[in-house]
Amino acid sequence: MIAPWLVVAVALAGGVGAALRLVVDGMVRAAVSTRLPLATAVINVGGSFVLGLLTGLAASSTLAPGWLLVLGGGLMGGYTTFSTASVETVRLLAERRFGSALGYGLGVVVLAVAAGVLGVVLGSA
Amino acid sequence: MTTPPPDDAPKAEEAVPRPLHLRWRSLGLVALGGTVGTGVREAVALTFPAAPGTLPVTIAIINVVGSFVLGLLLESLLRRGPDEGRRRDLRLLVGTGVLGGFTTYSALAVDTGLLLDGHAGVALVYALGSVVAGALAAAAGIVLGASLARTAADRRGGRS
Repeated sequence: MIAPWLVVAVALAGGVGAALRLVVDGMVRAAVSTRLPLATAVINVGGSFVLGLLTGLAASSTLAPGWLLVLGGGLMGGYTTFSTASVETVRLLAERRFGSALGYGLGVVVLAVAAGVLGVVLGSA
Repeated sequence: MTTPPPDDAPKAEEAVPRPLHLRWRSLGLVALGGTVGTGVREAVALTFPAAPGTLPVTIAIINVVGSFVLGLLLESLLRRGPDEGRRRDLRLLVGTGVLGGFTTYSALAVDTGLLLDGHAGVALVYALGSVVAGALAAAAGIVLGASLARTAADRRGGRS
């Protein structure tokens, strides 16, 4: 059974992660001019790498399970987002940019999984 | 009390508007929503955990449901007027905050990566299924939002 205070800590970390996402999203948008929704991709691939790293560190007992929950499920869970990625993919489809939509939808998931695996390998090494 | 503020004060602020992502109000709204969304996700995920080597059904459902609601919300707001004032507050609080925190990409990516080791079929179904179902759900939400906004506009216009 998970202690209630731990769920509260996870939730608060998620709030911090979501605010961090707003900042990074704005910074990427300001820095790079592109027709692809690059900011969400950067956030999701980067966050997947960090969660992989934390998962690897927890697997090698360097990181306590509670911290994996707070920093992984909370901070990185709140930082990364699936819903925006879905809506952005549909908006590309609505603009009849089918190649971009397919490349974005599949490209990000492949990159995020690769980043996550890299994180796990580095974290548990 | 009734003295109006000096003319140049608000104008000076308007001249160089701080970008949305660096305003305390936006950050506070997103953090508040993100706390709620993440708390709900974690509570649901801990109540219905995935068995090792199986498809993480709970996170998959969370992500698909969140995509539907975000599509519905954003389209509804978009159809009701420009992204400012209360509409923008609602987008930041509920869209970027609650639904952004409720859904998660990192868990999808890392769990897929872990499943690839020995359960490649499950990993593939989970990752591709989530992306496709998420897009379909977002599209359904957008269609519903557009339809609801049209109905509301017709009613306001006195047509039936």
